Amino acid sequence: MTSIELAAPRRMRRWSFNTTGSVGFAIVLFWAVVAILAPVLIRYPVGQIVDTDYFGSGSSTLWMGSDYLGRDVFSRIVMGARYTVGISLVAVVFACGSGVVLGIVAAVAGGRLDSVLSRFLDAMNSIPSKLFGLMMVAAVGSSIPWLITTLAVIYMPGAFRFARSLAVNVNAMDFVTVARIRGEGVLYLVLREILPNITGPVLADTGLRFVFIVLLLSGLSFLGLGVQPPNADWGALVHENLQGLVFGAPAVVYPCLAIASLTVSVNLLIDNLPRKIRDRSA
Amino acid sequence: MANLVEIHDLSIEAKTDAGRTLSILRDVSITIAEGEIVALIGESGSGKTTAALALMGYTREGCRIVGGSVSVAGRDMARLSEPERARLRGATVAYVPQSAAAAFNPSSTIMDQVIEVTRIHGSMPPDAARKKAVELFRALSLPQPDTIGQRYPHQVSGGQLQRLAAAMALIGDPKLVIFDEPTTALDVTTQIEVLRAFKRVMRQGGIAGVYVSHDLAVVAQIADRIVVLKGGAVQEVGSTERILSAPAHPYTKELLAAFEPAPRAASSPSGKPEVLLEVAGLMAGYGPIQADGLPFMRAVKDVSLNVVKGRNLGIIGESGCGKSTLARAIAGILPPVGGHIIFNGRELARQAKERTRDQLRELQIVFQSADAALNPTMSIGDILARPLSFYHHLKGSARQARVDQLLDMVRLPRAVRYRRAGELSGGQKQRVNFARALAAEPRLILCDEVTSALDTVVGAAILDLMKELQREFGLSYVFISHDLSVVESICDEIVVMLKGEKVDHLATADLMGDARHPYSRLLFASVPKLSPTWLDTLQIDPELLAAGAHG
Repeated sequence: MTSIELAAPRRMRRWSFNTTGSVGFAIVLFWAVVAILAPVLIRYPVGQIVDTDYFGSGSSTLWMGSDYLGRDVFSRIVMGARYTVGISLVAVVFACGSGVVLGIVAAVAGGRLDSVLSRFLDAMNSIPSKLFGLMMVAAVGSSIPWLITTLAVIYMPGAFRFARSLAVNVNAMDFVTVARIRGEGVLYLVLREILPNITGPVLADTGLRFVFIVLLLSGLSFLGLGVQPPNADWGALVHENLQGLVFGAPAVVYPCLAIASLTVSVNLLIDNLPRKIRDRSA
Repeated sequence: MANLVEIHDLSIEAKTDAGRTLSILRDVSITIAEGEIVALIGESGSGKTTAALALMGYTREGCRIVGGSVSVAGRDMARLSEPERARLRGATVAYVPQSAAAAFNPSSTIMDQVIEVTRIHGSMPPDAARKKAVELFRALSLPQPDTIGQRYPHQVSGGQLQRLAAAMALIGDPKLVIFDEPTTALDVTTQIEVLRAFKRVMRQGGIAGVYVSHDLAVVAQIADRIVVLKGGAVQEVGSTERILSAPAHPYTKELLAAFEPAPRAASSPSGKPEVLLEVAGLMAGYGPIQADGLPFMRAVKDVSLNVVKGRNLGIIGESGCGKSTLARAIAGILPPVGGHIIFNGRELARQAKERTRDQLRELQIVFQSADAALNPTMSIGDILARPLSFYHHLKGSARQARVDQLLDMVRLPRAVRYRRAGELSGGQKQRVNFARALAAEPRLILCDEVTSALDTVVGAAILDLMKELQREFGLSYVFISHDLSVVESICDEIVVMLKGEKVDHLATADLMGDARHPYSRLLFASVPKLSPTWLDTLQIDPELLAAGAHG
């Protein structure tokens, strides 16, 4: 009898992943690969002037035409992927990692710690993000580590609020009460009892915040405060080739498409995250 | 057609996430004559609500009717188009949901919602509808029938709201009303009024009814015939008297047996009784502390009680009487503001985090909702293993073996350890809950309504398990419930609570004889009996009722 019970299937684990989600995932993966392989993929160094004409249209040598100085737009977009995807990714990990942990701790601890953290981060949240970015650049100049710090600081309070509001609900559940009167510490409550129950929404929020960061980074670069020349992220590429709009130059269209494809596909992905199917007695 | 309702060979199927097909109802046939009330009875998952909803041509999401016919007043609800069904709903067939509180829109007045049906169907002008609604309010013996419609749903009590939901269903002059567990969420003393009001209105109007419930005693008061469902199939059909006096099907017999659990045999305390838990003058509540040092909302007022080792204490009272707060205060979840808790000869700190690990281990609490008390992301094995490593420092294979032992103790198959809480039934989850409390090796377990969310048969099995564990490990229980028969079956002594105060302390052996406080008498008299004539012959002093929980 016992051996039969032990031989019963341990766990049924299957994943369902719909088409929309797969498309989003494929595009995100594509940009990640492009960012990693960028030095191999580029056809010319990003700063090199390769065309005598400016805002040239696409040709067999310059696939996406040339920019306002006659540089290769394709190579600049490929290298720009490193900055846009890389900086945003690091920043979102810092922002959400710290925000979520602090949020759950605030919910579990409650009382004064919760009030102090919440009020302080609400105050942070009330500073307009672009203005805060401008201030940071004015204070410490524009370098990539500071850019990441700025972006992380801007988006951390939102992640904190979000995680805290989710954690407050889970914290009121009986199983957390049971763990608490068992005598468990804060760390166990945060990591084992609460975090696993809010990972779904937290991941979705992280994805959304990634998109915000991409857009803010592009915005800062558009203002000339982001990645500095001759390198450029996608926002900077849009900015520097803006005059090309009147000529219908591809130099301004392609970076826009790149930003759109990344942000839209990340959203598609997080709206359609794979679902684990656990079917009773199946 | 002879009968108002004729269901023939109705089959309903559902699809799971994984695309597997489940059969919810199989070849169910039920007939209901004009003016007849038929009860559908069965445990959760038996398909009783699905069958009732099919009378409106409605299936819940993911379900569909795959065979058979549902004819109501000569029209087959299963084959009508959606607009045609909508015309019949509310006019021919009406529905009274389990939770009226969830069925009312909190942002508009009761009257607007009650007459909404007539507005949608255009069956009568608003003024006439309002007049009719007031008549219904009066017929359902609602207080202040002329003005109650102007209130908002949160301004009336749960029992009143349930009757207002019935008024909403009756305003369209339906031929058939479906009651989906309408009194399950109510207190026993409130339940009586609601049942009486329902019965009278249905009889006067000659309206046919379907009464869905798991409570045989409630059904006995109102139904003419009973249909017993299990696993999506009809097990037995018969008149109420016949089902109660001579059940034919084994499942029906089981239901009847579970309804009256054997009263607890008086335990003979060996030697001098040793007091395990002593609560003296306990005060607890919610909200800001007032000038007199007590909280704004005092939920437990000056309660004292003793629990003797190896014996069980029952705490009984209606919702809001403070019985759960008392348990939470003893467990240190809600620190009491006054009084003493002496456990095992030592005074306990007010807050759980100030108690020693051994004190926490020896006093465990099991909650009502097994769903909420088990972490949905952890496997059952992990849930049971945690107290073992936390209190007893067990590791590796010793811990594994102990988890297996615990599962054996609560009569669960060992393979359950790989499952998660969401994959277990309600009864299984409650067993896991007990196993987790047992893992700590406690001396006292506080049981907060542990069987209230379970079906009668499943709840009775849990009670048997508790008695068995008590014999084996010499545990004591503090058993909190609103259900007298449950408390009676497991406890040696009973404390009756009313509005935060302890009003009576009785030995289980002679409840009615002992009960001194009028409220205790009211409470004990309000518990439905299986006899179909119980409700009609019940005499309750109206003054007693007014003095009770209806403030």
